[in-house]
Amino acid sequence: MIKFALQGLLARKLRTALTAIGVVLGVALISGTYVLTDSITSAFDSIFTQNYKNTDAAITGKNAIDASEDGTVPAPPFDAGLLATVRGLPEVGAAGGAVSGEAQLIGKDGKSIVFGGAPNLGFSVDPALPQFNSLTLVSGAWPTGDQVVIDTKTAKEKGFTTGDTIGVQARGAAEQMKISGLVEFGAVSSIGGATLAGFDLGTAQQLFDKTGKLDQILIATKSGTSEQQMLEAVRRILPAATQVRTADEQAKEDAAGTSSFLSFLQTFLLVFGGIALFVGSFVIANSLSITIAQRTREFATLRTLGASRRQLLGTVVLEALVTGFVASVAGLFLGLAIATGLFKLFDAVGFTLPNNGLVFQTRTIVVALIVGVLVTVLASLRPAWRATRVPPIAAVREGATLAPGRLNRYRPVGAALLAVGGIALVLVGLFADGLSTKTLLVLLGAGVLLLFIGIALFSARLVRPLATVSDPIARWSVVVLTALIWPFFLVPLWLVRRLFGRRTEFPGVLPDGPAVAIGGQNSRRDPHRTASTAAALMIGLALVTLVATLGAGLIRPFEQAVDGIFSADYAITAQNNFSPLPPPVAAEIAKVPGVDKVTSVRGGEAKAFGKTITITAVDPQAPELLTFDWRSGSQASLGELGADGAIVDAAYADSHALVLGSRFPMQTATGKTLQLEVKGVFRPPAGGSPFGNVTISTATFDATTSQPLNLYTFVNMSGGVTAANTATLNDALSTFPNAKALTRDEFKKAQTDGIKSILNVLYVLLALSVLVSLFGIVNTLVLTVFERTRELGMLRAIGLTRGQVKKMIRQESVITALIGAVIGIVLGLVLASLLAARLDEISFTIPVAQLVIFAVVSVVVGIFAAIWPARRAAKLDPLEALQYE
Amino acid sequence: MEGTVTQVVEVVDAKDLVRVYGEGDTAVHALRGVGVRIEPGQLTAVMGPSGSGKSTLMHILAGLDRPTSGSVKIDGIEITTLGDDALTKLRRRHIGFIFQFFNLLPMLTARDNILLPLTIAGTKPDQEFFDTLVDRVGLADRLEHRPAELSGGQQQRVAIARALVSRPTVVFADEPTGNLDSRTSGEILSLMRSSVEEYGQTTVMVTHDAKAAAMADRVLYLADGEIVKETGRSNQHEILQIIDTLDLQ
Repeated sequence: MIKFALQGLLARKLRTALTAIGVVLGVALISGTYVLTDSITSAFDSIFTQNYKNTDAAITGKNAIDASEDGTVPAPPFDAGLLATVRGLPEVGAAGGAVSGEAQLIGKDGKSIVFGGAPNLGFSVDPALPQFNSLTLVSGAWPTGDQVVIDTKTAKEKGFTTGDTIGVQARGAAEQMKISGLVEFGAVSSIGGATLAGFDLGTAQQLFDKTGKLDQILIATKSGTSEQQMLEAVRRILPAATQVRTADEQAKEDAAGTSSFLSFLQTFLLVFGGIALFVGSFVIANSLSITIAQRTREFATLRTLGASRRQLLGTVVLEALVTGFVASVAGLFLGLAIATGLFKLFDAVGFTLPNNGLVFQTRTIVVALIVGVLVTVLASLRPAWRATRVPPIAAVREGATLAPGRLNRYRPVGAALLAVGGIALVLVGLFADGLSTKTLLVLLGAGVLLLFIGIALFSARLVRPLATVSDPIARWSVVVLTALIWPFFLVPLWLVRRLFGRRTEFPGVLPDGPAVAIGGQNSRRDPHRTASTAAALMIGLALVTLVATLGAGLIRPFEQAVDGIFSADYAITAQNNFSPLPPPVAAEIAKVPGVDKVTSVRGGEAKAFGKTITITAVDPQAPELLTFDWRSGSQASLGELGADGAIVDAAYADSHALVLGSRFPMQTATGKTLQLEVKGVFRPPAGGSPFGNVTISTATFDATTSQPLNLYTFVNMSGGVTAANTATLNDALSTFPNAKALTRDEFKKAQTDGIKSILNVLYVLLALSVLVSLFGIVNTLVLTVFERTRELGMLRAIGLTRGQVKKMIRQESVITALIGAVIGIVLGLVLASLLAARLDEISFTIPVAQLVIFAVVSVVVGIFAAIWPARRAAKLDPLEALQYE
Repeated sequence: MEGTVTQVVEVVDAKDLVRVYGEGDTAVHALRGVGVRIEPGQLTAVMGPSGSGKSTLMHILAGLDRPTSGSVKIDGIEITTLGDDALTKLRRRHIGFIFQFFNLLPMLTARDNILLPLTIAGTKPDQEFFDTLVDRVGLADRLEHRPAELSGGQQQRVAIARALVSRPTVVFADEPTGNLDSRTSGEILSLMRSSVEEYGQTTVMVTHDAKAAAMADRVLYLADGEIVKETGRSNQHEILQIIDTLDLQ
């Protein structure tokens, strides 16, 4: 029987390959995800360990509060005097002090150099202690005085060499510095597109506004002393607000932010691999069902020859096993290409990931193979079981077909139960209180999965009406699309063919009535088959619709929030639209003639009621340019916060029973505790609040924060938004190349661009599932053409031309795709409306334009899926088709 | 096609038909130089044992297969040099088919199956002719049924009506009774006979059934790719005798 199964596979190579393609793509995404994240991890690991290769311990400042999970509060610098003390310890062999910060390099065009959204890193370097330098000198010399070393990538791409002058801007205005040499970060030319700049310690301290301070002291143990002894010695002299860690601990600490990000990225991408595999499993189950129906006589013959049901089951499952294995191996290697593609994809949306070469771990191989084989075998079980139900008598009966399964009549009920169960899980997940994030996601995931399976099984009932409705739509959308590409593709193709002496008809645009009519009827012929084929596309489209609807639902309230809060003419932002800017930028703007009002919002973290929260700070100009929706307090209180005034958002006030006049303590990052009094409670807009839970005055914030930064700066100018005013502002910002002035509309657009590029990443990842479903349609059509060989022969004999055969198949394909699209879009909208009902940040907005695009894409998917099967059908010799049995 | 031709145009005129399958040592000569003329308004039967080349002959005459050499004219048009599209369109206008396995489209009603050739060609059916035809084949009360709801004989009647509905120049029938019991076979054969008599429908029928051949105005006997004998209208007994003498079993 094993031999029989394998021979069967070989005999149906093409069909097997088509069946397997869903698995190949799904596994490829999974293996690609692992390769991608492993490669990034290894790149970061090499960076972080490289950093401390000659270091035994590192002293850093200590935040008084634990940074929140995605915290951005850097450790505060400490007094530089500590370095001398450390050096004086007998256990210390060598110690070097360093500061670091953001240092913007300015290109020859006067614009700041940014690669994607990557940061611009600045370091101090100590030529006397090169073993502690994070930077490696590639050429030239270490910098002294007003010199700088820059990374090789920036030098190469922006045309700088040693000896050139380059603009550098850190906390203050831009300065011109001479390039003394080129560096790399450890052995990596760049970390994720970040630019690198190195200065001598004194210059760096001045640039980063850390004169007399250090961010880090790196220590090497004196030979003959143990690391432990050295650490103990250091701890004895360590002042408050500093800490010492071993090099390993420090490297881990540095990597903590990136590794939590990477594990998120990994899960995120694996989810999409899982979706593609899920869609692929539909394709497999459907293809196997069709193949098994077509092999009824073969199975019956085997049964008459004495094969047991168990043996038949074994044959089919073994076929699936082999198919799954081969497909998974193919997917595994395709994953390498996918990883490379994902690197490029993230790069393209401005999110460069570090890459030191692809890493292919054993875990990747094991997981990919197991998942791929398992999915294939699971998908084969139902068709395999059906194969065992073939009675031996079917071998001798003309036109024997597979009898419907015993459970067939319960199918709609079962399907409905599955769908209802799925919806119920989703509802519980969304609306039950007190669920952990993990439980919530599991409930949602399982619910949606059940819903998809249920709808897929149930949709056979919807096929006839939907196909009837889709028929004319398919007909005319194909006409429109054909008309669109007619002058650009069809006519030139025809001309080329004519030139090569091929006798082909001049391409027409109008639909071929009879061919299209038969195609339409074919799509209604086997509702189960059409439904299963459409189901694969349905899943992809439901998810794409969900994403689009949530995206639209996110963007609109966000824009409303911006409109509601900011009444300024201009906003000043970083070139990348989101990096905070140092306060001198706003100060410079305030000096510009014509500027009426300037207000800035600072952002940071603090600890109150035992938890780390985000806080913001506003200055006295705020009431003029910012509008709050007050529950208590007023616009006026915004400008009168003083040393102890605070404004809290409504939800925070509720959970901590804060009302006007309540007092509460808040510990800032530098360790100081403020006794705050509530001066106002505001209702944040649904689209997301730009303010922290607690907002205090800028003066108080600056007094308790090292190196405050502005999240937003808003400007009102006399005359409002005019070209002249825009130019004036941009002129004033020329000393701050990282800053730009945006009009209110530009600002809104820039802020939503972030959401849009995330949506684009999601679309690309979901496109893979749509691609899998396209192959599903191809597969069904090829199998169908094969099954209807004799019928096609008859049609050709009585006068259907090759072109008409193609159009007939295409019509069936497009209708199938449209059925998938309609169910998918409706399902996506339903899921989105549920989410929107739950989440305040999202309003339910139907993205009509996108939905039309998705429908058109579905038609195109249908057209493309039909190309190859239609060619095969058209090539059939009517004679062979007639003799075929 | 030239309307000025005055001499009688043969419905089907084939000359020196040779059909070789494969090449070299394994080559099979299905036809070894067959010439045949089909007279209008006649039922011609082609008889012969399996492998005699009778099906190949019919396929070539009907424009479904191409001869290795030789010429076939249908209604005066040389079809062996036509491109696929032109040939397909010629079949629409001039040729009707009746198949052994009926070959109806399962999702179409009997009515739609009958009208299929006209639908494909995009021509309007002649309602009067359609009605008499349906009446004649006895399907008037079965028009809205799908093939699965019809008996074998009824399915073949649909197939006959389908072949006749476009009033083709010639109808080719490939073992039309091969898949039917003897009583139904008789009904189908008399139906075909009456279509020749009532509508003057030229028909070529390939069969190895002497009873079927006995309905024909003319019988051609094929053996080893050659026409070995030709007779006029004969009864079943005569035909069986000829088969016996020629050793065509």
